[in-house]
Amino acid sequence: MTSTGTTHLLTDVRPLGADPVDVRIEGATIVAIGAPGTLDADGARVLPGAGRVLLPGLVDLHTHLREPGREDAETVATGSAAAARGGFTAVHAMANTDPVADTAGVVEQVWHLGRDTGLVDVFPVGAVTVGLRGERLAELGAMADSAAAVRVFSDDGRCVSDAVLMRRALEYVKAFDGVIAQHAQEPRLTADAQMNEGALSGRLGLRGWPAVAEEAIIARDVLLAEHVGSRLHVCHVSTAGSVEIIRWAKSRGIDVTAEVTPHHLLLTEDLAASYDPVFKVNPPLRREHDVQAVREALADGTIDIVATDHAPHPVEDKECEWNVAAFGMLGLEQALAVVIETMVAPGLLDWAGVADRMAIAPARIGRRAGHGRPIAVGEPANLVLVDPQARGPVDPAASSSRSRNNPYAGRDLPAPVVATFLRGRPTVLDGSLAAPLAASRP
Amino acid sequence: MNRHLLSAADLTHDDAVLVLDTARELAAVSGRAVKKLPTLRGRTVVNLFFEDSTRTRISFEAAAKRLSADVINFSAKGSSVSKGESLKDTALTLQAMGADAVVIRHSASGAPHRLAHSGWISAAVVNAGDGTHEHPTQALLDAYTMREHLADGAGDLAGRRVTIVGDVLHSRVARSNVLLLHTLGAHVTLVAPPTLLPVGVATWPCEVSYDLDAPLPASDALMMLRVQRERMDAAFFPSEREYARRYGLDARRAALLPEHAIVMHPGPMNRGMEITAEVADGPRSVIVEQVTNGVSIRMAVLYLLLGGAEPA
Ligand SMILES: [Zn+2]
Repeated sequence: MTSTGTTHLLTDVRPLGADPVDVRIEGATIVAIGAPGTLDADGARVLPGAGRVLLPGLVDLHTHLREPGREDAETVATGSAAAARGGFTAVHAMANTDPVADTAGVVEQVWHLGRDTGLVDVFPVGAVTVGLRGERLAELGAMADSAAAVRVFSDDGRCVSDAVLMRRALEYVKAFDGVIAQHAQEPRLTADAQMNEGALSGRLGLRGWPAVAEEAIIARDVLLAEHVGSRLHVCHVSTAGSVEIIRWAKSRGIDVTAEVTPHHLLLTEDLAASYDPVFKVNPPLRREHDVQAVREALADGTIDIVATDHAPHPVEDKECEWNVAAFGMLGLEQALAVVIETMVAPGLLDWAGVADRMAIAPARIGRRAGHGRPIAVGEPANLVLVDPQARGPVDPAASSSRSRNNPYAGRDLPAPVVATFLRGRPTVLDGSLAAPLAASRP
Repeated sequence: MNRHLLSAADLTHDDAVLVLDTARELAAVSGRAVKKLPTLRGRTVVNLFFEDSTRTRISFEAAAKRLSADVINFSAKGSSVSKGESLKDTALTLQAMGADAVVIRHSASGAPHRLAHSGWISAAVVNAGDGTHEHPTQALLDAYTMREHLADGAGDLAGRRVTIVGDVLHSRVARSNVLLLHTLGAHVTLVAPPTLLPVGVATWPCEVSYDLDAPLPASDALMMLRVQRERMDAAFFPSEREYARRYGLDARRAALLPEHAIVMHPGPMNRGMEITAEVADGPRSVIVEQVTNGVSIRMAVLYLLLGGAEPA
């Protein structure tokens, strides 16, 4: 059992914030948990936890790794490195690559790239429709049956706006326990939209992206999911109205889950007044009122998970006029920091809650049995060691991502990730990659 | 004054009155046989136009030349703005050329703001119209024109009533005018079909009416905005004819105005759409004067932003 990996002894760590224990990891597995000082350090590399918090490795249901096609923005390798440094042990790679991940061939390619890098488990998301064009279904079954075993399907970046197509997709994936992750955006209401529609967009002269364009699609989709008895996941919920609709749907027993991004937990539309496209994102940053609503929804479980929508873009796609800039911002490396700042510090979530929203629930939605597991003997050692006290200004240049479109640049935030373990192997130690990236990718 | 003029909101009451007073002094120059002042000799003013506007460009060019500045016209229209890099690259080029002021016109809202605040350039930036955001020198020349007719060319516009009619949603002129006129103490009423008013207009420092006839008897100035016929295709209104009937200015409506009221238009006009030829060319119309005043206002803005100082 212990032949493959190093043996580690984490001393004085607090699983999910509970009383301190020592945790012994052999190979890929947690083999012993005991009171501090009671475990055998024999043959183990000892990592003093100093009372820090131990969480299951984080799972991101919404990551743009850009490979294949936009390796100038990110690769599976650089995105995996950023993920590991953010405390993640698994990410779901969105399908809007070039070529689109709409065939078994492309999802297997991405899956293999993830395996070769080996810093996180990369689970490809399959496109719902061919080429994300919203015209006909992609071969969802082939992607499900491929080596990548796709369970999450999404046209993210675009909305499956055709109601019949959405209905069919919801129905079809029931055959292999899949889920449709909808990017809820009514396209006609958001043509050329640039920022949240409200008093500020009117003042800035930027075309508005109204809340109703998100809420109308969510309302339609939860009703469709109810009608056909399917599983629906709502990407990046950004408005108070969306929260109300999802709360209502859950109260009716509809099988819907929802995510919120770190940036929608922290940032508001006011940042658009700078016309700095680093704050241009889809769905757009909303009002303070919406930020409060999504925080409360994440606390009470109406919103099930935090997902990053990590969206790397090269400098030239952001260092330009707002109108022509790309949508999206980085998220992997600061996701946990933002959750600590917005949820843990104000007392909205405890550490068990963080583990649920960032590891257990996303793994359950993605049907990834090896992740989001309890911290217990016999469980896979996918873990992240968290220092809740450490903080400092965010330096985009220090990122492992290939891109620099970090909306938190210069902002004082927690810097919590001390170490990350993927099946017993440290991918991050002392906040840095355990091995240089080039070495970890043959 | 701020170092840049990006928004009418950048101007305090005193700033705005100073620009108007300065423009009035400079206007006297335009009346002389020798129209040039040596004030900006050796300074370089770049007209950076990413969007066609011969009228505005010529106005700024004349203003800069009358102050003896060196003028470079940089027309970037047609270059690949879609990729976006061109704004930065162009800025770096202008910086290398030693531009003291950059007058920028751009189809993207906020482009002047980006130019001024991205650290690419050290020149003073003047917004000559950005997307659907603002056009502050247009608002200044409008205020100047109003002040000449309604306030004896001095002080502010306290208590004057200004009605602005038309496509407020897409109008940078309306945004800048509401801000500046409010600063100068005027009461502004916006008139438009609800589809052509932005969400949140209720938070603006003005009143809103969907009916044009109602505010006319109390208006000192009436400003008609250009309405593009294409808006009809995006369902902002049902037909040209219906728009003209409900929101156009014809002789019947003009007769509802008080005796002293003036009629304005930032140009270019859609005759027959928002204004009839009869009214546009009629005795209340100050539309040609607006163009003349534009040069004086732009002279004043360049003079004040560049401090009238010696070459750097
Ligand atoms: Zn999306």
